[in-house]
Amino acid sequence: MASSIIQRIGAATSFDTNNNYFHRRSFSGRQSSFVVVRSDGANITTRLKPNGGRTHHLVTNAVATKPHTSAASKPGHEILLFDALREGLEEEMDRDPRVCIMGEDVGHYGGSYKVTKGLAPKYGDLRVLDTPIAENAFTGMGIGAAMTGLRPIIEGMNMGFLLLAFNQISNNCGMLHYTSGGQFKIPVVIRGPGGVGRQLGAEHSQRLESYFQSIPGIQMVACSTPYNAKGLMKAAIRSDNPVILFEHVLLYNLKETIPDEEYVLNLEEAEMVRPGQHVTILTYSRMRYHVMQAAKTLVNKGYDPEVIDIRSLKPFDLHTIGNSVKKTHRVLIVEECMRTGGIGASLTAAINENFHDYLDAPIVCLSSQDVPTPYAGTLEEWTVVQPPQIVAAVEQLCQ
Amino acid sequence: MASTYLTKSKSFIIHTLKSKLHYTTRTSHFTNSLFHHRLLHTLSPLPPVPKHANYYSIGKDYVARRSHATTSASSQINQLPVESPSSQILDFPGGKVKFTKNMIFTSNSTEERVNCYRVLDDNGQPFTDDIDLLKINKELALKMYTNMVTLEVMDTVFYESQRQGRISFYATTTGEEAINIASAAALDNNDFVFPQYREPGALLWRGFTLQEFANQLFGNKHEYGKGRQMPVHYGSRKHNYITVASTVATQIPHAVGAAYSLKMEKQDSCVITYFGDGGTSTGDFHAALNFAAVLEVPVIFFCRNNGWAISTPVNEQFRSDGVVVRGKAYGVPSIRIDGNDALAIYNAVCEARKLAINEQTPVLIEALTYRAGHHTTSDDSTRYRSVDEIERWKGDQNPVKRLKKWIESKGWWDNVAESEYRSNIRKQVAQAIQVAEQIEKPPVADMFNDVYDVPPRNLNEQEAFVRKTVKKHREDYPADVPL
Repeated sequence: MASSIIQRIGAATSFDTNNNYFHRRSFSGRQSSFVVVRSDGANITTRLKPNGGRTHHLVTNAVATKPHTSAASKPGHEILLFDALREGLEEEMDRDPRVCIMGEDVGHYGGSYKVTKGLAPKYGDLRVLDTPIAENAFTGMGIGAAMTGLRPIIEGMNMGFLLLAFNQISNNCGMLHYTSGGQFKIPVVIRGPGGVGRQLGAEHSQRLESYFQSIPGIQMVACSTPYNAKGLMKAAIRSDNPVILFEHVLLYNLKETIPDEEYVLNLEEAEMVRPGQHVTILTYSRMRYHVMQAAKTLVNKGYDPEVIDIRSLKPFDLHTIGNSVKKTHRVLIVEECMRTGGIGASLTAAINENFHDYLDAPIVCLSSQDVPTPYAGTLEEWTVVQPPQIVAAVEQLCQ
Repeated sequence: MASTYLTKSKSFIIHTLKSKLHYTTRTSHFTNSLFHHRLLHTLSPLPPVPKHANYYSIGKDYVARRSHATTSASSQINQLPVESPSSQILDFPGGKVKFTKNMIFTSNSTEERVNCYRVLDDNGQPFTDDIDLLKINKELALKMYTNMVTLEVMDTVFYESQRQGRISFYATTTGEEAINIASAAALDNNDFVFPQYREPGALLWRGFTLQEFANQLFGNKHEYGKGRQMPVHYGSRKHNYITVASTVATQIPHAVGAAYSLKMEKQDSCVITYFGDGGTSTGDFHAALNFAAVLEVPVIFFCRNNGWAISTPVNEQFRSDGVVVRGKAYGVPSIRIDGNDALAIYNAVCEARKLAINEQTPVLIEALTYRAGHHTTSDDSTRYRSVDEIERWKGDQNPVKRLKKWIESKGWWDNVAESEYRSNIRKQVAQAIQVAEQIEKPPVADMFNDVYDVPPRNLNEQEAFVRKTVKKHREDYPADVPL
């Protein structure tokens, strides 16, 4: 499992399991090779200069329908997911001087997953701010700064740490626009890596989307590919609502070719990964890859699954999901959250409520068990939904 | 950890801050004595504090405190023989540390508490000759006084209206009128105010009308919060007064963030945030002060130490010498002032504001006062404190009375003006209540607006459902809520 390559339809992706946090040196080697591979031959200085050539091809609010149409149509550049996030950040910081970043070790260290690497030297220590260890306080700081005109991006070094910021996120971030009668807006982006990693221990394997999903006033999105990571990051920064962007610890080294021109994705839209006829599989973040691996097996067995990466966790894109349900009449949800109170639980309820008449079978939801994530590698593997389970569930559903 | 970060990239940061933000090295003699800043000490030696009359009258208390440690151990240290030279020094990140062969634990209590700055004595007479330096002319003094009286009357009438069942909830500022008005008077209208919930005086000073206050209390459709928050949770963008949230001390980190945005945009204003003695126990207070010191942002932390956090007296809240000593722990210049002395408050906040903006530093002010009223209308404080205590503070220490004595002694005010003014305001407040009561409540749509910038599909569905239900069962829903 540790060394398997996970295939996606349309593009080959290499899945590196080394935790970037600990392998800084190997990253820097990769970065320089990435720059050289640029198909348009531009060097790194051009790319980083504000108002560089790329602004000529401004495509704002582009809605992604087929996100990863391969490099065949337009030449793009190959990029790793964490770097795509960084690219999105950099473009937005160039575009709007009010955008700033705050978090632990985001400045000179470049972020624990290198998402903010190089930004502090470029924009200064105040605009890419290293904070002391107090999540509630620096989230509060971000909220105060947002109310008085800035557009902060608050990084939780691991999403689990944001549990310490729950008070500020729930009571203030989500509420103050409403309780102030619309006078003060809170255009913050709260982002960070979450999900189950490789033996990071229970405290660093939290799925915070299930805890936050109830908070009124916030939006939640989860990225899963370099293409949608950059697009969602940019959209989140431009949104006037507080947005929580969920990244996954194991997806930072995904490689993909993304367009050179600027693009911004829609925060509330789901992504059609693989159209199909027999069953709708709804998933997001890392589970997308487990689903696609299962899809290969399913196709070989003669099934035609439709795979949708829901991306928008709050609110759900019931339009796309609904159209799919009306077509296939069978739904399988694959998520990493725990069974109780997870995104899958809410999604099940929402689909049942809205599309009950179109279902030929009860919705099946595959989630992690209601246990803290064990450290032991074998136990950890069993706590996460694996492709064979997905295949078995589809076979059962389509009987 | 922060200190290792400083040594590792200290020179880089200083250089970057200077070049990118046009940050100038602080050379004020004032700051040398005021606060011990790691960065400053390692940058360059500063000249000694020259005598300056104005600074001395304010700074004397804490200059004196700086040069003598406030622990009882200090007396012992001063009596010890001078340590022998440089071999006894550790060059530790953050500054040089002297070694000692004496194992002395700092005491858990101080023999002498930090002194409290005041201008007017209990009889409203200045007990310093420097009072004319404060530049408080008749106009300003009367404006402060009349606003304090308005606040007092407003509190009384609104409190009564809650008792009569006309509004659901109220919290008075009784005993803290000087803090409310005088601190606001020392600020500029562009300075952001992050209140806790006992500081409507800042809004009043900036021109919020009695009608606007009443509208918020009744939650009618004219109030800026659109009926979504509890009474006394005022907020007004145009007055730079951030909407009150019920959560204690969450506004303190917000204030630091706002000060950070001022620093980023190089504005010539500062931020002030208020909180009580109870609020200083929270994690947010600690982290916010720490952050503000590290970031060097222009924020005034104003603590209303009024002796009580609902029913918890201060000696059950903390065991330090109040709140002022904590500033030192974070590297924040601090001062303790008489919270019932309007002139002392005005003066201290004026100076704090200058300090915050010119030196780009946070400042902590602890104002000693008394919560003469109940915590809120849901509280009866006679259950946990004696009526005598309350009456004593409502007597001589009453901030309104003390300022009145001063302006009367200057010939600017008299009893006739007083009774006229009070009855006038009382009428206005009663009128505002009457008007506010009649105004329609906000419509159902305002229940769903502003959750996001644009209502998403699920909220639109939920709103449609509510409308349908109300229409179907009109008699089961309040008649005065428009659809």
